[in-house]
Amino acid sequence: MSNEKGRGDTVQNANKAILSRRKFMGETLKTACGAGLLGLGMGTYSRQAESTPAWVIRPPGALPEEQFSGACIRCGLCVRDCPYDMLKLAELGEQVPFGTPYFVARDKPCEMCEDIPCVVACPTHALDHDLTVIEDARMGLAVLIDQEECIAFQGLRCEVCFNVCPVQGDAITIEMSRNPRSGRHAMFIPVVHSDSCTGCGKCEKACILDEAAIKVLPMELAKGLVGEHYRFGWKQKKVAGESLVTPDVEHQYNLPEGVSYDYDTGKLSEAKSEETPYSSNPLDSLKRFQQQQEENK
Amino acid sequence: MVATTLDEKRGEKQSVGQQALAKKGWLGANKWLILRRISQLSLLLLFLTGPLWGVWIIKGNMASSLTLDLLPLSDPYVMLQALMSGNLPTQTGVIGVLIILTFYLLVGGRVYCSWICPVNMVTDAAAWMRRKLGLKVSSQFSRNTRYWLLLLTLVLPVITGAIVWELFNPVSLMFRGIIFGMGWAWMVIVGIFLFDLFISQRGWCGHLCPVGAFYSLLSKKSVLRVSASKRDQCDDCNDCFVVCPEPKVIRPALKGAKQGISPLIDEMNCTNCGRCIDICDEEVFSFTTRSIKR
Repeated sequence: MSNEKGRGDTVQNANKAILSRRKFMGETLKTACGAGLLGLGMGTYSRQAESTPAWVIRPPGALPEEQFSGACIRCGLCVRDCPYDMLKLAELGEQVPFGTPYFVARDKPCEMCEDIPCVVACPTHALDHDLTVIEDARMGLAVLIDQEECIAFQGLRCEVCFNVCPVQGDAITIEMSRNPRSGRHAMFIPVVHSDSCTGCGKCEKACILDEAAIKVLPMELAKGLVGEHYRFGWKQKKVAGESLVTPDVEHQYNLPEGVSYDYDTGKLSEAKSEETPYSSNPLDSLKRFQQQQEENK
Repeated sequence: MVATTLDEKRGEKQSVGQQALAKKGWLGANKWLILRRISQLSLLLLFLTGPLWGVWIIKGNMASSLTLDLLPLSDPYVMLQALMSGNLPTQTGVIGVLIILTFYLLVGGRVYCSWICPVNMVTDAAAWMRRKLGLKVSSQFSRNTRYWLLLLTLVLPVITGAIVWELFNPVSLMFRGIIFGMGWAWMVIVGIFLFDLFISQRGWCGHLCPVGAFYSLLSKKSVLRVSASKRDQCDDCNDCFVVCPEPKVIRPALKGAKQGISPLIDEMNCTNCGRCIDICDEEVFSFTTRSIKR
């Protein structure tokens, strides 16, 4: 009797163990699946959320966007250490990934502090600590994006963007070209140079139009890229010091005797030798003519 | 499992703490609660004096901060997420993490939850209102869900290369919102309040929050602990189980005398909030250090 009871207890305990094991497995799977689904949603959303709009400019030294979203811990120390208060930390509901620092050039551009306090403040490498010279910063690239509205293209003198540029004369230069409308004036066209432009946004802020004609764009949006296989002959020649293909056959110009063509300047030059085809003295020509006639005889 | 449900059922009991109130007075019955609220609010204030009045005491937010331009502090959990996405902190960042890690290893990781985290005020309010309204319906799911979520938040950066969780994290969201601008973040906070109130009792802090899960891992061997040192005086009023945000942690220490279990609450999910000390009119609980373990 007692034996049987004991056996019954064992069976019951075994059943209980199986049940609790099943329950445990079920609970675990339920939780794990729930977490997994949540992760799927969060991961997908984050991919979308991290595609920032073009008007969002990151602080100086910011890593490329896809790395930035993994390095920035959204602490706001860069925002706090900006002496000009132009950096903002994105709030929930903005188009910028929540909690990340940015500025809008048209509102408040970067003042390019020499000691770059925002970079110094960053506790991670989201802002590159190797950036110590602010002129090396590449927050974006200014692009004179609307050549129809920019009044320089109407032949008017403006050059405000050129004048406010902190890397003046390098990042933006003024190139003169003929004004076809008047036919006798010059157009003073601002031209941005990517090797010097830091993307600070001063030009965009200062543009006198209601909507800026010059705008700072993310580098990857602003820059084209020539195919890697491309070689420009004249550049290659400069690097190598000589032509890399069969040397050019010197072109035979049908030039008057003693006149030669200078390849570098593209100008004609007269040889300085005595044997000029025509003497300054007209009588010489006459003499030569007589000589030739005598020879023919 | 069974014990948990039982404890949580007790959590629905109303008119809690009447005895403590009668015996110790309002101040005595709320001492640690008041101290915690002072801690949470004054921390926010220290961050806010700068943006509000231009007096900079602490800059940044809970992810990383700089106190008096001297002391760097960094959240190890956020830094770990960045690390998982392949990004190293700077030297300052590492120092900040080490200071915080040392601090919580000493006082108990989940001290973060009850003494620092602003969401705690929201979920405590929800739990209080739940008791007042006598709401009994609560979705049951495992308290271990938070560890799954913790794992998830550490795996996602590996896959995506981005700190995904910090786009959602209600803890950093609320803190950053208060200091830097709320945007629509208040909706998430209201959401958590309503979730805890109507959907799941102690749902966020007690079941889901991966931040708390991370900090609980630092609690394993912490020096500062609550102990049911006078557990022989316990009159089984159950008030401590009702107010405790993690009722599971009390049972072994309080009721384990027969099994020879130490009165020290040695569970990593105890938040050292001290609410049990407040609410007990028999003075069963007290703060103690691990070395004094009996």
